[in-house]
Amino acid sequence: MTDPMKIRATMSGDKVEVKVLMSHEMETGQRKDSKGAAIPAHFIQQVTATHNGKVVLSAQWGPAVSKNPFLSFKFAGGKPGEKVSITWTDNKGEKRTDEATIS
Amino acid sequence: MNQTWERAARAACAIVALTACGASAQERSAVEEIERYRQALGDGNPAELWEARGESLWKEKAGPKNASLEKCDLGLGPGVVRGAYAQMPRYFADSGKVEDLESRLVTCRSTLQGIAPEEAKKNPFGGPGRKTVNDALVAYITSESRGIKMNVQTSHPKEAEAYEVGRKIFFHRGGPYDFACATCHGVDNIRIRLQDLPNLTKQVDAQRAYTSWPAYRVSQGEVRTFQWRLEDCFRQQRFPHLDFTSEASIALTMFLAKNANGAPFNAPSIKR
Repeated sequence: MTDPMKIRATMSGDKVEVKVLMSHEMETGQRKDSKGAAIPAHFIQQVTATHNGKVVLSAQWGPAVSKNPFLSFKFAGGKPGEKVSITWTDNKGEKRTDEATIS
Repeated sequence: MNQTWERAARAACAIVALTACGASAQERSAVEEIERYRQALGDGNPAELWEARGESLWKEKAGPKNASLEKCDLGLGPGVVRGAYAQMPRYFADSGKVEDLESRLVTCRSTLQGIAPEEAKKNPFGGPGRKTVNDALVAYITSESRGIKMNVQTSHPKEAEAYEVGRKIFFHRGGPYDFACATCHGVDNIRIRLQDLPNLTKQVDAQRAYTSWPAYRVSQGEVRTFQWRLEDCFRQQRFPHLDFTSEASIALTMFLAKNANGAPFNAPSIKR
């Protein structure tokens, strides 16, 4: 089970500013546990943001991104009351989508 | 001739002044840079993820009694969360003890949800791949005191006693290093590497330090609670292990919490 993201979407001038917190281990695959065995890699690979069904951000992530990542971006064309949806997919195929209303 | 000497002396003074000034400026700018780093991170504090998880854990039915914690009395009446942390630790008549938030949660989880106290105290702090109920509940409940002034009382004799015991522990020297909490936290301008150590015998420092815990530790990727903070201070001093929610830990919390009275609570925060 994955934890929900925390998404804030607010108008900033004529653009929408989106701030997203994701709950994820972001394990690089380089670390070892106390017994010396490698901890398997587990990180978000794909992040997509959509607004009214249109992709406004698409990103490929790797193991260099921190644990519990924070993502902030702006896009044009959004209005208060509309929805922004964020989806991430990790290297184990796990997926999570959450939504926020622009305020 | 005279003039040349004068000029040389003046130049030497200037050099001395410059180096002295340079050193302190460097120290100050390091501290300022860390402050800037904290502010930059503060915007997206992952502690919010813990707060959200804690809120649902508070409302979710769990344990053998299949009950939520919504009737848990944190001191302001059953179920009142807002502002409760700013008045803790405090004496609870139902348990007959002074309790801090974390021990109170053990009490509530055992009385309301039927989870044995030993079970509720097991592995209270999160680690890689392990999220704990304690961390999340603490993040949620403390966040509900954000902006509220610290107001810890010692009117009950047991509260006054806890404060006094806490004060003694703070100044007690011991262990292989012959350390006390006060060794590092009773002096101005002390650092461990780049970390400023607050002088907890001074009100301003004591307020600023206490009201910034719990905190999301970026280097650990976890929300760290006040019980964790004290346990780790004891480890750093090479003191005997401080048991989770032990009387000693609550007494020390009482001492530090009351010394922060009057300052607005401002956590969960974010730290390096």
